[in-house]
Amino acid sequence: MLRFLLQKLGLLIPTFIGVSIIAFAFIRLLPGDPITLLAGERGVSAERYEQLQATYGFDKPIVVQYFDYLGNILQGDFGTSIVTKRPVLEEFMTLFPATLELSICAIILATAIGIPAGIFAAVRRGSFFDQSIMGVALVGYSMPIFWWGLLLIILFSGILQWTPVSGRISLLYFFQPVTGFMLIDSLLSGQAGAFKSAVSHLILPTVVLATIPLAVIARQTRSAMLEVLSEDYVRTARSKGLAPMRVIGLHALRNALIPVVTTIGLQVGVLLAGAILTETIFSWPGIGKWMVDSVFKRDYSVVQGGLLLIAGMIMLVNLVVDLVYGLINPRIRR
Amino acid sequence: MKKFGSLLATTMLASVLATGAYAKTLVYCSEGSPEGFDPGLYTSGTTFDASSKTVYNRLVEFKIGTTETQPGLAESYEVSEDGTEYTFHLRPGVKFHSTDFFTPSRDLNADDVIFSFERQMDAENPYNSYVEGASWEYFNAMSMPDLIESIDKVDDMTVKFKLKRAEAPFLANLAMDFASIMSKEYADKLVEAGSESDLNQKPVGTGPFQFVAYQPDAVIRYKANPDYWAGKEAIDDLVFAITTDASVRQQKLTVGECHVMPYPNPADIQALKDDDSIEVMQQEGLNIGYLAYNATIAPFDKVEVRKALNMAINKKAILDAVYQGAGEIAKNPIPPTMWSYNDSIEDDPYDPEAAKKMLEDAGVSNLSMKIWAMPVQRPYNPNARRMAELMQEDFAKIGVTVEIVSYEWGEYLEKSKAVDRDGAVLIGWTGDNGDPDNFLAVRLGCDAVGGSNHAQWCNKEFNDLIMKAKTGTQEERTKLYEQAQVVFKREAPWATIAHSVVYMPMSNKVSGYKMDPLGGHWFTGVDISE
Repeated sequence: MLRFLLQKLGLLIPTFIGVSIIAFAFIRLLPGDPITLLAGERGVSAERYEQLQATYGFDKPIVVQYFDYLGNILQGDFGTSIVTKRPVLEEFMTLFPATLELSICAIILATAIGIPAGIFAAVRRGSFFDQSIMGVALVGYSMPIFWWGLLLIILFSGILQWTPVSGRISLLYFFQPVTGFMLIDSLLSGQAGAFKSAVSHLILPTVVLATIPLAVIARQTRSAMLEVLSEDYVRTARSKGLAPMRVIGLHALRNALIPVVTTIGLQVGVLLAGAILTETIFSWPGIGKWMVDSVFKRDYSVVQGGLLLIAGMIMLVNLVVDLVYGLINPRIRR
Repeated sequence: MKKFGSLLATTMLASVLATGAYAKTLVYCSEGSPEGFDPGLYTSGTTFDASSKTVYNRLVEFKIGTTETQPGLAESYEVSEDGTEYTFHLRPGVKFHSTDFFTPSRDLNADDVIFSFERQMDAENPYNSYVEGASWEYFNAMSMPDLIESIDKVDDMTVKFKLKRAEAPFLANLAMDFASIMSKEYADKLVEAGSESDLNQKPVGTGPFQFVAYQPDAVIRYKANPDYWAGKEAIDDLVFAITTDASVRQQKLTVGECHVMPYPNPADIQALKDDDSIEVMQQEGLNIGYLAYNATIAPFDKVEVRKALNMAINKKAILDAVYQGAGEIAKNPIPPTMWSYNDSIEDDPYDPEAAKKMLEDAGVSNLSMKIWAMPVQRPYNPNARRMAELMQEDFAKIGVTVEIVSYEWGEYLEKSKAVDRDGAVLIGWTGDNGDPDNFLAVRLGCDAVGGSNHAQWCNKEFNDLIMKAKTGTQEERTKLYEQAQVVFKREAPWATIAHSVVYMPMSNKVSGYKMDPLGGHWFTGVDISE
C-alpha cells in the first residue's frame, strides 16, 4: 500500500509541472496584456509602459519569469493580483469555501437523486418510467446553465417569491466568517433564523449546479446497472430465489457503483466549470467568477496562481479517489 | 435584585428592538466588487463608489449632480495671479472615523493632506509601494508628477500646492477620487503594527459613511458617520450587495432585496418603468462615442472628404439599432451636461445625395476604407460591430466600400493609436473630472497625436484655443472652448455619433438620489421611507 501511495504521489510531480507550464503559458498566449487593458481608452506612454512592465517583472525573459513563478510557488507564494494588488492565495482562501460548499451540496443532491433514478430506470428498462427518466436526463445534460438559472430565479424568486434571488444569506444577518462555510458559520453565529436563511439561499444554486452531474450520474448508473444485471452472478442470485430488492441492492448495485463512483469523481471538474456560470447568476462569491474576471483582465498572477491551486485541489480529489479504490479493490494496487 | 435584572433586560431588549425598527438601511445592488479601498491605487468606478464616494472626502468636491466643484475639506482656497500656486485653508474640526480598529486622537490637519499626495508621488514614502505593483495610475494619468512642483505645509490648517505651470483643470483634478484625503495618523499606526496593507482593506476617512465590513464578492457594509462635518446622513446603514448580473439585479430590485441598482439591461428599461414601485432616473452620460478618421492619411486629410462621410451617416438609425434608444445624437465632442457645451452649433445634416456630390467635387471616387470596430461593449458604445455594419451600409449608398476590421481589445487599443493607422476607428471617451480640457486636450490636442488623439489631428487654431483655455476664470475658459467646438465642427476630425444615456432604477421609497454626470454613485443626501 505504501508503494502504491508513493507511486501515486510521484506521478503528481510531473502533473504539477505540466499544469504550471500550461497555466503560465495559456494566459500569455491570449492577445492583449494587463497594462494596456488597465489603461483603457486613455492609453499609456511608451515610457510609462516600460516602467509598469518593470514593476510587474514582465520585462524579464519569459523563461526567467516562469522560473521566478515556479520558485515562488515552491515557497508558498502564489503571487499578487495585478488588478486588486492582494495576494492570490489570500483571495483564493476567502473565495474557495463558497465554491466548495455549493459543490458539495450539488454533488450530494445529484447523487441522492441520480443513483436511485438510474437504478429505477435500469430495473424497469424500456418502460415509460425509464424513457421519461432518460429523456429528462438528456434535457438536463444539455441545459444551458445561464438560461436555466435565470428561469428558476424568475419563477421561484420573482413570481412565487419562495426563495431569495441571490447571495449566500440575508443581509439582515451579519457575522464574521469562521469557516467560510455559510451553513456552519450561520449556526456558529447563534443568530436566530440565520441557518434557515443560508439554506434558502443555497436551494436554487444547488439545483442549477447539480443539474448536469445529476443527469450524468443517472445515465451512468442506469447503464452500469444494466450491464451488471445481465451478469451470471446476478442470474444465480435470482435463481437462488432471493428477493428482487436484495438482488438489486446487494449483488447488482455494489458492483455497478464502481464506475458510478469514478463518474462522480470526474464530475468535480465539471462542477468547477459549472460553478463559473452558477456563481455569476447567483452572485455567489466563489472562485469560478474570480477566475473568469481575471482572464478578461489578463491578471496573469491570478490566472497562473489560481489555476494551479484549482488543479491542485482536483489532483488531491483524484488522489483520494485512487486511494479509496486501492482500498476497495486490491487488484488496482498492482 | 432578580426583579431589577429582568427589568434591565426588558429595557435593553426594548431599546434594541427600537433601534432595530428605526435603523434605516439602504441596500445598493452594486455591479461588481471593489478592487480595494485605497482609491489612489485603482481606476475603476466600481472601486471609487465603494471607497472614495462613501468613506472619503477631498479638498474640493464635485457638487453632486453637476460637474462643478465646491469646497470640501478645504473651506476656502486662493489661486495666485499666475495660476501656479494654490493655497487651501482646511475646514476646522473635521473628524476621522472612529471604528473598532482605529480611534483618531486628532482632527484633520495639513499632515493628512500632504500624506495623501506624497504617498503617490514620493518613492521614499513608506506607502509608495505598500502593496505589490502599486502604480498610482490616475495620479500619473492626470500628469500630476509633471505638474506638481511641491506641496508645503504653511501651518497646521493651510497647505500650498506649487505647480510647474498654470493648469486651470487642476482644481477639478483635486476633486477626483485619487485625491481622497486619508488619515496620516492611521497610516502611521499601521506602519508601527506592520500591517500597512490594511490601509487598502480597512479604510478610515472623513466621509459621510464609515466602513464596517467587506465580504469579498458578496457584501460591503457601512454605517453613517455620526460625526460627519456636513451633518449625519439620513440613512443609518448602507449596504452594497454585490450582484454582477444585470437581470439578477433587476429581480432583486423588483422583489425588494435592494433599493437602488445601476446599469440595467437596455431591453429591461420599459418593464422597470412600467413597475409602479420603481422609479427610473435617467441622464446623459459624460461620454461620447465617435468615429475617428486618420487625418494624416489621404484622402482623409481633406476636410471635404471627412465632412461628406459625416453627412452619409444615419445617426438616428444607429441610435435606434445600437443604443436601443438609450442615447442621444452627439454633435459636439463634449456631452451636453458639461459646462461650455456649445448648443448653437448645428450638426452635419444626414444627406447622402449632398455627400456623394461633395466627394465627387473633392475628386474622390471608388473610395474604399476600413472601419475598426472594437470587440467589447463600452459605456459610450454598446455594440461597435453593429454600428460599423450600419455605417458600411450608409457609406455604400455614396459609393464608398467599407471593410470592417477588429482586434482583441488590448491589441485594438494599442494598434489604433498608431499615426499611420489604416482606416477610421470606432472609439469613445468617458470624462474623468468634468473639465472640457479632459475631452478636448486629451482626445484632440496636438500633444496627444500618436496617443489618445485617435484622429491624429493637429489643428493649430484649435490647439491654440485649448492651450489658452488652460488658464483663466471659468467664463473666460468657456468662451475659448465654445470657439474650439466651432473649429472642431468645421474641420470634422471625427464623426460624432452619440452620448449614451445612463439609467438608474430605484425603489420609490428612495428619495434625494442625484445622478452624477461623472458616472459615480453617491448616497450622500439620500433617504428611504419605511
